[in-house]
Amino acid sequence: MPLLDIVGLKKAFGGVQALGGVDFHIDDGEIVSVIGPNGAGKTSFFNVISGLYPSDEGDIIFDGDNLAHHLPNEITRRGIARTFQNVRLFPNLTVLENVMVGQHCRTRAGMLGAILQTKKQRAEEKMTEEKAKEILSFFGTRLAGYRFDQPAFALSYANRRRLEIARAMATEPRLLLLDEPTAGMNPKETIELTEQIGKLRDERGLTVIVISHEMKVVEDVSDRVVVLDHGVKIAEGHYDYVAANEDVIEAYLGRPAEKPDDE
Amino acid sequence: MKDFAFTRRLGLIAGITMSFTAAIGMIENFNKRVLVEPFILMGYVVLLGVPILVGLISARGRPNPLEKPIRDSRAGAVSGLIAGLFAGLVTSVFVLIVDTFDMTQFFPNMRPAMVEIMTFGFGVPIGLLVLILVTGVAGSLGGFIFGQSDSVRRGIGQATIWVLGFALFEGVVNDILEIDPVLDVIYAPNGGLLPWSAVVIGAVAWWLSGRFQGKSKILVEKVQKADKWSGIRWGTYLLGVVVLLLPLFVLGGIVNELLINVAFFVLLGLGLNIVVGYAGLLDLGYVAFFAVGAYGIAVLTSPLSGTINPEFSWWVALPIVMALAALAGLVVGTPVLKMRGDYLAIVTLGFGEIVRILLLSDWLTPIFGGAQGVRQIPGIPFFGTEISGIDPQYFIYFTLFFVAIAAYISYRAEGSRVGRSWAAMREDEDVAEATGISTIQAKLLAFVTGAIVASFAGALFAAKVGVIFTNSFDVLVSIIILVVVIVGGMGSIPGVAVGAFVLIGILGGPKSQGLLAEFAQYKLLIYGALLVFMMLKRPEGLLPSVRRSRELHLEELEQDAWLDKGGDFGNDEVEATT
Repeated sequence: MPLLDIVGLKKAFGGVQALGGVDFHIDDGEIVSVIGPNGAGKTSFFNVISGLYPSDEGDIIFDGDNLAHHLPNEITRRGIARTFQNVRLFPNLTVLENVMVGQHCRTRAGMLGAILQTKKQRAEEKMTEEKAKEILSFFGTRLAGYRFDQPAFALSYANRRRLEIARAMATEPRLLLLDEPTAGMNPKETIELTEQIGKLRDERGLTVIVISHEMKVVEDVSDRVVVLDHGVKIAEGHYDYVAANEDVIEAYLGRPAEKPDDE
Repeated sequence: MKDFAFTRRLGLIAGITMSFTAAIGMIENFNKRVLVEPFILMGYVVLLGVPILVGLISARGRPNPLEKPIRDSRAGAVSGLIAGLFAGLVTSVFVLIVDTFDMTQFFPNMRPAMVEIMTFGFGVPIGLLVLILVTGVAGSLGGFIFGQSDSVRRGIGQATIWVLGFALFEGVVNDILEIDPVLDVIYAPNGGLLPWSAVVIGAVAWWLSGRFQGKSKILVEKVQKADKWSGIRWGTYLLGVVVLLLPLFVLGGIVNELLINVAFFVLLGLGLNIVVGYAGLLDLGYVAFFAVGAYGIAVLTSPLSGTINPEFSWWVALPIVMALAALAGLVVGTPVLKMRGDYLAIVTLGFGEIVRILLLSDWLTPIFGGAQGVRQIPGIPFFGTEISGIDPQYFIYFTLFFVAIAAYISYRAEGSRVGRSWAAMREDEDVAEATGISTIQAKLLAFVTGAIVASFAGALFAAKVGVIFTNSFDVLVSIIILVVVIVGGMGSIPGVAVGAFVLIGILGGPKSQGLLAEFAQYKLLIYGALLVFMMLKRPEGLLPSVRRSRELHLEELEQDAWLDKGGDFGNDEVEATT
């Protein structure tokens, strides 16, 4: 049984059909890339899965439960975490706090615990902090040391992307949705992050869906590639198969001139 | 003359400010108060304070972060003189107009008495020249002061502050000292400082400013670094105890009364700070929870309340009132869960008014007394006696106790898991939700916590005043609580205390007088001016969140330490330093 099984997912914004009945599945431990030209509905696809937009139709079966129409925080709690295309951190919180916020749904301490400073609360707080540091160590020294207490807005672009991934990791997900994780990174950083996406699966046991425009990343990282265009899945399969697929080339480059137009 | 256009503009602004303060009757009113015998009157201090300030600014020139201003007392005095002359010119034109045309029908304050004061009693043609001359001198004095060395300027500043403080807060000094022979040495019978006492106070302040410059910081550091059981620590604790005992033994009724009013607003400010400062929910109907606390206590404890009349003791009623406030928090919070920013503000503003109007309605009059209010609310029973507003020197301890509780709750909540979820929600609600925070829960928790803190204030208020009416709970109170939080510094606990002290203690609250009773009728004007000034020059508040500034400060030190240890980042990327 796949970890995530999406059947006939539809979402329209006014007259624009962002998702026109997408079928999608991913197995535990797989890395799947979602590609497609601009406006193909990739980010909408993520937004609907993570609950930010409610779907119009279709089922999102995650680990046996249908998550369609659940609140985003509920979906995160069930084990789907995501990053955003236009990095959305909590800019005025520190690096460490950003990651600690991620663990919110895995911790329990409430208002009373905080006021009374119970033993349990203090232990949990300490654990949250240690865990946050451990997660940040995934990126080596880039987000460690003095950076722990730096506000997120002071980070470089690449580090913001890394921090966003760390925050998503802190929610202890089973499925991680990465929306253009390498956008804005230099080639060296891109290679590094590509390796790290592999590590997310191999070392941390995560299943990952990646949206990317960089074909090198897609080629290196993914077991399988899904191509969306105009909200519809037009191709699926291994990178080499998809890269050679005529429909995909057409979607990216346009129709050859000699073919008759169906308008 | 370096920058004539800048100086001229400053002069015009000063002239308009002076004319405006005169036009609203401020100068005339304030002149009834003598600050220093025989001729330093409060109105003139305000009037001439403007050109002095402008002289200072014109001597500094346009603000330029790249270069340090040149401190030259002669050039400063010249540019101050020009700015002052311009200010005087504008003001004298205004005075001339007032003198020529009778406008008392529309502007009751623009009358001959005002012209008399503005011309220093010399009448129109000569007095106008005197006015221009005096403002010119005041302006050049400001410019001259700017040119002085740091220590001299500090001395002048301290001396001015202390002399003005002693003169303005004559009532407080009176209330504390309470020894007439001593007071007679300092003050004249009309409340003004005697000339020689002013000189002595100024000289002492000047001397102290030189003596203790920079030492307070060292002392604070010493205390912070001291061992747990060392003498310095104990000294600090002892000092704390002495300060705590002040209201009982040293401060008089007036000051205690004032401090209680301040404490109410500190409480309300702390509560609102949780909602607005921590969780980022702009609540303009916060006074509703204050009303729930006050009316809850009133109905539950007063023998004269309407149909519901259990006559509980205050301590029994308090938990019930807290529960009611929490419920009210849920009732207000639930319908606005989906609203943000401006919409939330408008809807909560409506809620605040709904509560007040409901209390006045025929439907609820049998319970809450409508316009009659609730009377004979007993004080707080305490070991056999009952403490109410009649004994402010005892009552203040209850308010301080609850302020301490509210501050503790705020402090603990901010640094906890709950506080982090609020901070995340404040920064980006959608992302907080996607990161696994139930924003519904977080919002309701913020509303409920804020409501409970406000109910403390309400409960104390009812017990203190003994009789409550709905007009203590109108929109203005909500707005002023918000202004207290904004001026003090959002998200900062000491900031809220400072904001409440400055606004409520010095200027006066919506229903209470502050230390400067003369300001009472111009209170809202000054609030507004202060708010505009703060938004332009210091939007983070008087005492911004300490945590944040410390972090930003430590950052550099830690970075150096990290580099010293040979920390490396893998590659040489360029960090954004915004």
